[in-house]
Amino acid sequence: MSTSATTIFSPATAARFDRLVTLYPVKRSALVPMLLYAQDEVGYISDAVVAEIAQRIGITELDVRNVLSYYSMLRTKPAGKYNVQVCTNISCMLRDGYGILDHCKKRLGIGHKEVTSDGLFSLEEVECIGACCWAPAVQINYDFYDELTPEKMDQILDDYKAGRAKETV
Amino acid sequence: MPRLVSHPDEVKIISRRFGQGATDIDKYIELDGYEAVQKAIEKGLDWIINEMKVSGLRGRGGAGFPTGLKWSFVPKQADRPKYVLVNGDESEPATCKDHVIFLHDPHAVIEGTMIAGLAIGSKLGFIYLRGEYRYLLKIMEKAVADAYAKGFLGKNIFGSGIDFDIVTQTGAGAYEVGEESALMESLEGKRGVPRIKPPFPAVVGLYGGPTVINNAETIASVPHILLMGGEAYAKVGSERNGGTRLFGISGHVNNPGVYELPMGYNLKKAIYEVGGGVRGGHTLKAVVPGGSSTPVLLPKEIDIGLDFDQVGKAGSMLGSGGIVVIDDQTCMVEFALRTIQFYQHESCGWCIPCREGTDWLKKTIGRVHAGGGIDKDLDNIRYLAENMLGRTFCPLGDAAAMPTIGFIKKFRHEFEDHLNGKPCPYAKHEELALV
Repeated sequence: MSTSATTIFSPATAARFDRLVTLYPVKRSALVPMLLYAQDEVGYISDAVVAEIAQRIGITELDVRNVLSYYSMLRTKPAGKYNVQVCTNISCMLRDGYGILDHCKKRLGIGHKEVTSDGLFSLEEVECIGACCWAPAVQINYDFYDELTPEKMDQILDDYKAGRAKETV
Repeated sequence: MPRLVSHPDEVKIISRRFGQGATDIDKYIELDGYEAVQKAIEKGLDWIINEMKVSGLRGRGGAGFPTGLKWSFVPKQADRPKYVLVNGDESEPATCKDHVIFLHDPHAVIEGTMIAGLAIGSKLGFIYLRGEYRYLLKIMEKAVADAYAKGFLGKNIFGSGIDFDIVTQTGAGAYEVGEESALMESLEGKRGVPRIKPPFPAVVGLYGGPTVINNAETIASVPHILLMGGEAYAKVGSERNGGTRLFGISGHVNNPGVYELPMGYNLKKAIYEVGGGVRGGHTLKAVVPGGSSTPVLLPKEIDIGLDFDQVGKAGSMLGSGGIVVIDDQTCMVEFALRTIQFYQHESCGWCIPCREGTDWLKKTIGRVHAGGGIDKDLDNIRYLAENMLGRTFCPLGDAAAMPTIGFIKKFRHEFEDHLNGKPCPYAKHEELALV
């Protein structure tokens, strides 16, 4: 399927997907990246995303759902505009990652995989994000924040809330 | 932004371009970049494989398989295209070394991939990064685009008559995909479940073609080895363990960070000198030497060299080189619980001993930690874990079982201290919440 008026994606993303399926020996290799990039734009993997990606790759919607359910970053419900992912795995745990998680829970008034009522933040306790030597670490969407304290965490959340945070990724 | 650290005992080979602006292709070229691949073209594939064998480089992903030997397993003649697959799915807890390679020296990964391609006669390489590393993927994507713009990638590389292309790929969150056969499944657009071996990827791999799969750090070491010579590289390390390695020191140390140390460097020194010792004046209780899947060591067991053989002899494994330092303020049952929670969460569910074993281990250790354990639980934990060993397609089952056996063997008294309804005598915070 080429970029057409029927796509649910922005022209840039549609063009990117047109190219993505040509990069590999088989089209299906584009599936996992396409799902993640679609989620970045739409906010989650909606039924319409599943349908269009299935059509673009030439597989069934069931094939797409089968893959989608495997990967922990892919979600079928919207998250907050800023998805706060707190690592509590061993290296972070030893440097008070749970303290950061508890602090975020209190501060945002939500629990694991919940969204604030204004839709601005969601919170997730995640497994190791590969920032072990700079623990405790958090990812907000794709941005890393490390060597955190509750005070630093407050400052970061304040910046996001006030629209001052620059998303770099 | 990850903080760069330094220590006088470091031998900077892989990390020598860190902090030098080598993400810029011109700067990389200025720092001997893309010289190794030209040397490789000139000398030919037998020379490359021989240098790699002589170098004693062993896989930095964790298994420690000799890289030159792995490359030599790829048949010279094949009916299907051959591939190079770089594993940057770095997800083993306590491991963040590939993170700094992608951040500071992306072209070394590209150059290493090209050399691996030349060595096995492949025309296409894939560099797969975990989904969480989006900012690093962008750095890699730019580096690949810059290499194409210079004519280093694509048709007729460096006038050799050989074509070589590189495609970068993102994952979307899955520890299991770091296992080589699951990685291939993921790259083929499927659920990341492992394949049965044999056949090994060197014979039947990606899209059915012969495939070399190497960890990102392994690949980034390759250009340096060819530049300095395999023999010189081997000499830096210890016996049968060539060169240096990026060790991540995390947990209760004063100076955590990623340090490049020669293979065979003393673990005790790594903690007390390089890592700056245990923080807050506390004493050392335990060390996990190579990522969360490696069995725990006691303070009396750490006067050993950090290489695959010496750590193996001490009853653990060098693994991914992620050293976790644990002080006396830590509850080891809680630590064991957090470890098994991870493996239970990440088990792909394909093999029953792993899927069920990790779940029951999590439940049993969880109940012991919560104070609801009974005497029999402790033997059950060990029995369960021991019966997972070697009974799964991929090593995730072992990765969950081995540390668990270590914890129950070496810290049984701490498990016992939780029995008979006693509250955790060690914990500082509330019960672990992850479900």
